[in-house]
Amino acid sequence: MFTYTLRRLLFAIPTLLIISFVIFALLDLAPNDPTGDLPLTIPPEVREQIRASLGLDQPFFFRYLYWLQQFFINEPLNILERMTGWQFGDGNRMRVLSWATRSPVVDLIVQRLPQTLWVVGLAYLFGVLIAVPIGVISAYKQYSIFDQIGTFLSMVGYSVPTFFTGVLLVVIFSSYLQWFPSVYDTNLVVNDFSSFFQQIKQMALPVTVLSLFNASQITRFVRASMLDNLHQDYVRTARAKGVKEKSVLLVHVLRNSLIPVVTVIALGVPTIFSGAIITEQIFRVNGLGQLLIIAVQGADIPLVQTLTFIFAVLIVLFNLIADVLYGILDPRIRYD
Amino acid sequence: MKNLKLLLAGTVAALAFAGSAAYAARGTDGDLKILFWQAVSTMNPYLSGGTKEVYASSMVIEPLARYDETGALVPTLVTEIPTVENGGVAKDLLSMTWKIKPGVKWSDGTPFTADDVIFTWKYCIAPDGGCAQAAQYEGVKSVEAPDPQTVKITFTEPKPYPYSAFVGAQSPVIQKKQFENCVGAKAPGCTSANFGPIGTGPFVVKEFKPNDVITLTANTNYRDAAKPAFATVTLKGGGDAASAARAVLETGEYDYAWNMQVEPEILAKMVAAGKGKLETAFGTQVERINLNHYNADPSLGAKRSTKEAGPHPSLSDPAVRRALSLAIDRSIIVEAGYGAAGKATCNIVPAPAAVASTKNDSWCLKQDIAAANKLLDDAGWKKGPDGIRAKNGVKLSYLYATSTNSVRQATQELVKDMWSQIGVGAELRNASASVFFGGDPASPDTFQKFYADVEMYTNNFDGTDPEKYLAEWLCDKVPGPANGWQGQNIPRYCNPAYDKLVGELSKTAELDKRAALAKQLNDMLTEEGAHIPLVHRGSVSSHSLKLAGVKMNAWDSELWNIADWSRGK
Repeated sequence: MFTYTLRRLLFAIPTLLIISFVIFALLDLAPNDPTGDLPLTIPPEVREQIRASLGLDQPFFFRYLYWLQQFFINEPLNILERMTGWQFGDGNRMRVLSWATRSPVVDLIVQRLPQTLWVVGLAYLFGVLIAVPIGVISAYKQYSIFDQIGTFLSMVGYSVPTFFTGVLLVVIFSSYLQWFPSVYDTNLVVNDFSSFFQQIKQMALPVTVLSLFNASQITRFVRASMLDNLHQDYVRTARAKGVKEKSVLLVHVLRNSLIPVVTVIALGVPTIFSGAIITEQIFRVNGLGQLLIIAVQGADIPLVQTLTFIFAVLIVLFNLIADVLYGILDPRIRYD
Repeated sequence: MKNLKLLLAGTVAALAFAGSAAYAARGTDGDLKILFWQAVSTMNPYLSGGTKEVYASSMVIEPLARYDETGALVPTLVTEIPTVENGGVAKDLLSMTWKIKPGVKWSDGTPFTADDVIFTWKYCIAPDGGCAQAAQYEGVKSVEAPDPQTVKITFTEPKPYPYSAFVGAQSPVIQKKQFENCVGAKAPGCTSANFGPIGTGPFVVKEFKPNDVITLTANTNYRDAAKPAFATVTLKGGGDAASAARAVLETGEYDYAWNMQVEPEILAKMVAAGKGKLETAFGTQVERINLNHYNADPSLGAKRSTKEAGPHPSLSDPAVRRALSLAIDRSIIVEAGYGAAGKATCNIVPAPAAVASTKNDSWCLKQDIAAANKLLDDAGWKKGPDGIRAKNGVKLSYLYATSTNSVRQATQELVKDMWSQIGVGAELRNASASVFFGGDPASPDTFQKFYADVEMYTNNFDGTDPEKYLAEWLCDKVPGPANGWQGQNIPRYCNPAYDKLVGELSKTAELDKRAALAKQLNDMLTEEGAHIPLVHRGSVSSHSLKLAGVKMNAWDSELWNIADWSRGK
């Protein structure tokens, strides 16, 4: 297993390099311009100077190598310096700078991560916690009223887009009932009970929207996987032995059914980091998803490049984790 | 809330300590909550140029003079506006002198001097800095300080209208001490200065979260001891215009929201909730349809829309250009897409009132299908079996481009329908705004390339003087491969008489004569059909009924008088 993991990790390096190049090339080919959003009163000569000051007058390959150097050498050195207090060289390295804000991209990401992890991460957790019991009961009592309602709700949750449910919840709970705020306050510091309550209030709507969406997806997997296993021979054997129905369901069937579900859940984890672009926009959570969409709209290439690349790293990593988990959960699977 | 009380207490304590006489008013109205649905990226307008950044930074850094809500210049950091009459502007129009108000201080307590003004100019013109406001300093030869309270600006050639450098929210003065080591290529690296510039304005940046939220506190060194009324400002960004409107007008979570680009009927419903109101101000924005004077036939390949392509086969006919304008009912377009934020117009210079012409309103503002049809009939354009007019094999069928935006697509549909009534066909196309306005010379979809017969967008000019703007229609400003598609004469209009008149404008100093010339130029463009002006667009913002003192301004930053805002009763 260890050698397998090591081999996969080594193989990830060229994969990621190719990914980074493809992202860079795609962004370069896109007909976007960082001065495109500026008022037309800014004359073309000035726009040309702005583009030159961003380094856009350099050839493509040079800019790519420069980004590689900034991202793989300067940024890690910078993090190391901050963590250890050591000084490498004169400390005056060019970091990856966002074009719109002219500030280091990594700092922006660090600033955004908490919101995204709280809102999108919590929604993912809740989604899983809701999905598993519903999936289990739905499968155990297939075609019962509970199963029918569960199926209906998960179909609704899966097929109704978050931009609809989000706005719907805002109109009902913020505009009409005025129970929850419609704008997320990223400045809120949780230091006592009332601010904690405030935090829960402002997270309630976005987390609900996303939990519903996540739960609907995962429930279907749990249900299908449970149904597969419920009709297996070993279940009949267990029942014939006189094992309690509770143990049959929760020990024998559930454990076996969870193997594919765990994979699905692990593969979904990177999407937590990439944020929920639409939901974040609606509630102004201003996490990584919102950062990415603003960057795309404003042609803030270094920010888009860095964010997308980090997502690519996470996806490659969690693919590996899912594979390794498979091996751990299912003794029949061996990679070596 | 707790933080806020602490802050308030702190501000009051600081004021009491300073022993100021008017301590009662400053910082007594709590937190002002502003919503910008396009989030602010930086507080340094010299590095961004975006409207949102210019507006946000106007709370902190100020120009020497600014425009009030009527478009008149008012002194900010100076004693008076220099003019030829008061001797502030030299008779030869080659220099001007500003006198700084005594006792103005930066928010860090140091005195504001002419040195800072000189530094600001040097900062913006430094090579490799990519200063977004460089155009404000165009024609400035030098900026000097005869004494610390006096700024003398010398121009390279006579400037009949000298109010550009250090005037308006686009060119505020920044502190020399803070930005000294941030000139030129080093500018982007000074993140903390760019996010928290020290200024003379009513507020000071406390915390800046780029593209998210800005927290500001009242400037304890602000020159008016009784202002600002608010102790703090929270400027939140992100989301979309409709939900920003909702947060002010329906839920009342915010006091002020900028740029309400929302369908008029949706806004009307929100206003009915009774929590807030809309403010509209009309500046110089005009939505227009540019008519391509060069041939844009795709079969010409790279030559299309350039001089080599030759004149447009049908749009070069003045009768066609006028008929296209006559067929449009501007009031329907305003009603459907703009509501209170638009007025029908036939001018490209719609304001200020002194330079707004009314000469063409009689024939142009009213839709007249019959007259348009007659014009085309007389010019020999005959309707074919498909209802589209043609002459000598040239069909009146146009490719109609614009940027992607729901109001623009709705307008396209309306115009297409109106044109179909005079036998003119239109194929509609739209491109994402960042591509359309992006100016990438490699892209065929930019408005500069104009690979279409007609295209629609909005443009305007800064301040109140249209000279520079009217010079955009000069013959040598036509974009093409030779200048990297960089000209601003998008319709490729060229008329030596027009060029001559613009030259005359640049030499005229008397305001009445300038206004008369500007009107004449504007009328020429409309009459000769360089473009079809459609809608004079206003800026719309919304604010809570509890907020007092908002004076919506289209000539400067909307937040220009934020020091005077207060929590009403």
